[in-house]
Amino acid sequence: MTRKMLLMGNEAIARGAVEAGVQAATAYPGTPSSEVFSTLARFAREYDYYAEWSVNEKVALEVAAGAAYAGARAIVSMKQVGLNVAADPLMTLAYIGVKGGLVLVVADDPGPHSSQNEQDTRVFARFAKLPVFDPASPQEAKDMTIAAFELSEKLRLPVFIRPTTRSCHVCQDVTINETGPRNRIGFEKDPSWVIFPSLAYKKHKWLNEQQETTRKIFNESPFNKLELKTRAGIITSGVAYNYVREALDMLHMEVSLLKIGTPYPLPDEPVLQLLNNTDRVLVIEEQEPVVEDQVIAMAWKNGVATQISGKNDRLVPREGELNVDKARDILMNYFGLTGSEKFLAAIGDSQPAAGTNGTTAAPERPPLPERAPILCAGCPHRASFYVFKEAAHRDAAVFTGDIGCYTLGVMPPLSAMDTCLCMGASVTVASGLAAVEKDRKHVAFLGDSTFFHTGLAGLVNAVYNNSDITLVVLDNRTTAMTGHQPHPGLNRTATGINEKHIDIAEVARAVGVEFVREVDPYDLAAAREAAIAAMEHKGVSVVIMKRECISIVKPVKKCTVDHEKCIGCKKCINELGCPALMPDGDKVTIGNTCNGCHVCGQICPVGAIGEVVL
Amino acid sequence: MRMDIVIAGVGGQGTVLASRVIAQAAMDAGLAVRTSETIGMAQREGNVTSHVRIGDPLYGALIPDGAADVLLGFEMAETVRWLHKLKKDGRVLANSARIIPVSVTSGRSTYDADSILDFLRSNTNNLTMLDATELAIRAGNYRATNTVLLGAMSTIPGLPFEAEGLLSALLATIPAKLRDINSRALELGRQAVEVL
Ligand code: SF4
Ligand code: SF4
Repeated sequence: MTRKMLLMGNEAIARGAVEAGVQAATAYPGTPSSEVFSTLARFAREYDYYAEWSVNEKVALEVAAGAAYAGARAIVSMKQVGLNVAADPLMTLAYIGVKGGLVLVVADDPGPHSSQNEQDTRVFARFAKLPVFDPASPQEAKDMTIAAFELSEKLRLPVFIRPTTRSCHVCQDVTINETGPRNRIGFEKDPSWVIFPSLAYKKHKWLNEQQETTRKIFNESPFNKLELKTRAGIITSGVAYNYVREALDMLHMEVSLLKIGTPYPLPDEPVLQLLNNTDRVLVIEEQEPVVEDQVIAMAWKNGVATQISGKNDRLVPREGELNVDKARDILMNYFGLTGSEKFLAAIGDSQPAAGTNGTTAAPERPPLPERAPILCAGCPHRASFYVFKEAAHRDAAVFTGDIGCYTLGVMPPLSAMDTCLCMGASVTVASGLAAVEKDRKHVAFLGDSTFFHTGLAGLVNAVYNNSDITLVVLDNRTTAMTGHQPHPGLNRTATGINEKHIDIAEVARAVGVEFVREVDPYDLAAAREAAIAAMEHKGVSVVIMKRECISIVKPVKKCTVDHEKCIGCKKCINELGCPALMPDGDKVTIGNTCNGCHVCGQICPVGAIGEVVL
Repeated sequence: MRMDIVIAGVGGQGTVLASRVIAQAAMDAGLAVRTSETIGMAQREGNVTSHVRIGDPLYGALIPDGAADVLLGFEMAETVRWLHKLKKDGRVLANSARIIPVSVTSGRSTYDADSILDFLRSNTNNLTMLDATELAIRAGNYRATNTVLLGAMSTIPGLPFEAEGLLSALLATIPAKLRDINSRALELGRQAVEVL
């Protein structure tokens, strides 16, 4: 029985895995990939498969690989930078191969919207010599997931699905089908599971041959579609296809169009067919020229003289994401339509409302308030940063940061972050800074989930090498930024209650940290005292700032300002920057997003801020 | 029948829920639909948008500039920030309430409410403003601002689905204990526009 459901791309991928009879699912959260696994975790009981939030992406890939060695269909999901953490197993897993289908969902974030870089996973797939699917929509993402499992078993190779933010976080009416049969499980002992230099050489040869086998399979793939119409052609991949289609319709243009759903290895038949039937071709894809470079190589190898344009001649941007407007500009530029009457006539009924960027003279738009993301009202991290800033005489100390909501500690007025690089780098970068600049304090900040992800190795390294740093673990009992996933410090796994949890303070003591203190950041006096003592300590000190993220607890209090007492100094606003605090004439008022943390009340010099129990 | 809707607001206001409810109502009416939402860092009080596209031919989920039939503004300045998405003569339903960002309270940026409002008034032909936040508080919780605006939207002539569809899609999406507040909020939003 088929029916339709409104699904986000990530949910559609999860549904595809369920229909493909998935038996093991692993992941580490990261925007925009997180909902792939949260959806799989939700259905793990109903459809009876194994599901775990792993501590990091390397672990997630290895656990999934183990399951696939035994013949299970396994899926692992992460964001693009997570794949860097998993690169070590990945590069050799391509040589070893799998038995059960192994699908790697790696979500890219051109823009970027919620990432530290714009790396292109298709480049990674080509580097690892593994096939990759590039979905244009949630429905296609689901269909590709099923196809990827089948391909993985046929080739005995892991296979990538590379959605981007605009396929992950797009919802569509998606067709739901029945679930398929399951693989039989049984690990078969064989020397080919053990990588060894002599085996690596043989396997490398095999892997290289698999590239051509895959290319042939992709020549037949329904995810690549060629429409031959004119002597000018466009090749486009993934979500860019949607933008190109709409832009062509807007411009009332007809061209030959090749939609690519399998960017590596690029199928040569449709590409050559297009090249042989056109005089010039423009490649429009997001991020790196992955398709374009392969098209150029194919044209050169086959002695085709068709002119090929795209990123290499700077017609298509390499940075940021595309959209319909950009695709239209690219097409107009390529076809020499810039500013022409033809274009203005063509868009006719879709001119923007006046005064925005329309053609009619209209008043200029007034300046709009800057609205960058910030820590929530009542976020415990705000208190932690505040206390350390105060205790450290901020300018002297260096604050190294990490990846999570707390990266927002960089925003004024807190401005409490001097470096941020990647997951786990707060503690290690602090160690490096401290090693060469000995007369300065170095304080590293990272979250509880990040501590387990890659922070732990850095902490062990710091203790072993006698680093003089303070590590502040912002323990808000969740992985907040990516949607509140559990982690090893909690009594909860992806699928239910856990008997045990791993206590961060005990871990720190066990690896030899002599100064370990756990405090509630909402208690400013106690937190300040711990901060001062930790920074005075010679060697590694660890302060665990323990308090739940406000978005996982129901507020029981709210604070209000007594306007009789408030002297209008605005210290609370200027030093904390809590979004619930607002100037009200000369005084301050607290808005309805207040969570009653009473941190502002503790810094008010005249005690004007009181609590009301809800 | 096609309709493109842009929802603009501030992270935390529930723009994602609003676009899902509209999409579900359209889907229940048998129409093809796509949405695109802001999920991630911007959800922490940053500026966020949702795009909802209903009906064939369906392209990608991102609505081009100057193409939206409806702009649903959850916050005044954000409504103006995304006005370029609206087509000429497109309809704007906007919350008159303001959310003052920390950049303004701490003096690094400005929120000139009068000129923003003037600009909004003089650059739209089809503008309806209501204090959705106030109505949500009246319904029982300021967080129901998104529902009030959905109620306001249900009055738009030419919606590709029945107004009741929005209510049933909404009730099916939210937890049972929030149903009363949200039903009230939807109704208050609807009435606010009808009496205007
Ligand atoms: S108590 Fe003060 S600091 Fe805490 S959330 Fe409310 S206004 Fe913000
Ligand atoms: S979600 Fe939690 S951790 Fe993130 S900013 Fe809000 S309160 Fe802080």
